[in-house]
Amino acid sequence: MPLSHPDAPAAVDPSVLLSVDRLHKKFGDKTILDAISLDIRRGETAVLIGPSGSGKTTFLRCLNFLEIPDGGTIHLGGERIGSNAGEPAVSEPTLARQRRRFGFVFQRFNLFAHLSAIDNVSCGPHRVLGLSRDAARQRAAAALEQVHLAAHADKRPSQLSGGQQQRVAIARALAMQPEVLLFDEPTSALDPELVREVLDVMRDLASARMTMLVVTHEMSFARQVAHRVVFMDGGNIVETGSPDQIFGAPREQRTRRFLQHLQA
Amino acid sequence: MDWTLIGMSMPLLAVGLLATLRICAAAIVLGIALGAVLGFGAMSRHAPVRFFVRAYVDFIRGTPLLIQIFLVYFALPVIGVNFNEYWAGVTALTLNAGGFICEIMRGGLQSIDAGQTEAAKSIGMRHRQIVLHVLFPQAWRRILPPLTNELISLVKGSAMLSAISVYELTHAGQEIIATYFSPFEIFLLIALYYYALISALAWLSRYLERRLPQY
Repeated sequence: MPLSHPDAPAAVDPSVLLSVDRLHKKFGDKTILDAISLDIRRGETAVLIGPSGSGKTTFLRCLNFLEIPDGGTIHLGGERIGSNAGEPAVSEPTLARQRRRFGFVFQRFNLFAHLSAIDNVSCGPHRVLGLSRDAARQRAAAALEQVHLAAHADKRPSQLSGGQQQRVAIARALAMQPEVLLFDEPTSALDPELVREVLDVMRDLASARMTMLVVTHEMSFARQVAHRVVFMDGGNIVETGSPDQIFGAPREQRTRRFLQHLQA
Repeated sequence: MDWTLIGMSMPLLAVGLLATLRICAAAIVLGIALGAVLGFGAMSRHAPVRFFVRAYVDFIRGTPLLIQIFLVYFALPVIGVNFNEYWAGVTALTLNAGGFICEIMRGGLQSIDAGQTEAAKSIGMRHRQIVLHVLFPQAWRRILPPLTNELISLVKGSAMLSAISVYELTHAGQEIIATYFSPFEIFLLIALYYYALISALAWLSRYLERRLPQY
C-alpha cells in the first residue's frame, strides 16, 4: 500500500460509521463546540457525559443539522452531511434525505400532538419513505412492538405517560431504519419511576448492535451499556475511554472532579 | 314607528340579506383559501416569497376597505379586468380578508412548539410537509377564534359594497329609504338583519371550536 500524503484525508477505517472532524459551533461570540473530533464505529454505543453547558446537546444537534455548525465536517458512511454556515448550502431535499439516516430522540419527546402513537410512528415511513399507508402502519406496529407499546397504538400522546411517550418517540425513530440513533438526554424529563422502561429499551437496542450516541446523566446506564464513554467539558472532548477506565481510573483532573461531584 | 312600512320592507330586505349572504359566503371561502396560501407564503424558505406576502399584507392593512373596494371596481377595468358588481364585491372582500387571514394563519402556525418542527425534520420531512402535515393540523384550533373575528369584520365590511351599487342588504335598505324617507325604521331593521347573520356565524364558530380536538 502506498504511503499517504500528509495532506490527504486519513485512511478510512471501514468500521467507522460516523466520523466527526474538528466540528466547531458558536452562538454569537460564545464558542460552544471547540473543534470536536469523534469517530463512532458501526454497532457501537457511545455515551456522552459532562456538566451542563459543556456542549453535549449542541454537538448532537449539529450531527443531524438541527443546528448548523460553523466549521468542521461530519461524514456518515463516507457521505459528507450538510454544509456549514457560510458554505454553499446543500439543497433542502438533500439535507432532508441525509437527516433521515439519523434517528433523533429528544429530551421532551416531541411526539406529534395531533397523531396517535401508531400514526406518529408511521408518519415518516409513509410521507418520507413513500411506503403505502398499510405498509407504513405495519412497520409502525412492529416498531411499537419492539418498545412494548403495541397495546397503546391508538392512544394520543396526551393519553400516555412520559415513559410511554419517549418509547413511542424511539419507535418513531426506529421505523425510519436509521443508521445511527442519537439520544439527547432521553430520560431527563421523566419521573424517576419511568426512567427504567426507557433505559431498558435502549439497552435492548445496544445489545442488538444498533449504533447509538447517547447524551445522558444516567451514569449506571453509561457504566453498564456503553462501549465507550466520552467526557466533554467546555466545548471540548476531555477524555474518551471504556466505562471501566473512565469511571474507575479517569486520567484527567476535570473528569475526576465531575465524577466526584456526581457522587457527592 | 311605521309598522306598515316595516312589514312591507321585511321581505324586500330579506332579498338584500340573501344577496349579502351569497357575497359573504363566496368571499369567506375564497378569503380563507387566499389567506391559507399567503400564510404558507409567509412561512416560505424563500425570502422573495416572504417579502411579497409582507408587502401585500402591509398594503391591505394600511388602506381602508372602502378604498380597496373602489380600486377593484374602478381601477381594475382600466387595466382590462371587468367584473359585474357581484364579482367586484366578492373580489374586494376576498383580497381584504385574505391579507388579514394570512396574518392569523402565520401566527397560528408559528405558535406551535418548535420541538414539533424539529421532530419532523429529524425524520426527514420536507419544509412543505412539516407546515402541511404537522403544524397546520395543530394550529387550526388556535386559528379559529381570531378567524371568526375576521369573518365577522368581512360581513360588516360587505355593507360598504353599497358604495359601488352592489345589490346587498345595506343597498336594498337605502333604496327603500330613498322612496319612503324613513331612515330610522329601515336602518334599525338592517341592523337586526346583520345581527342575526353575524350571530349565526359566531354560533357556527363556537360549534366548530367545540368539535375540533384539543391537544
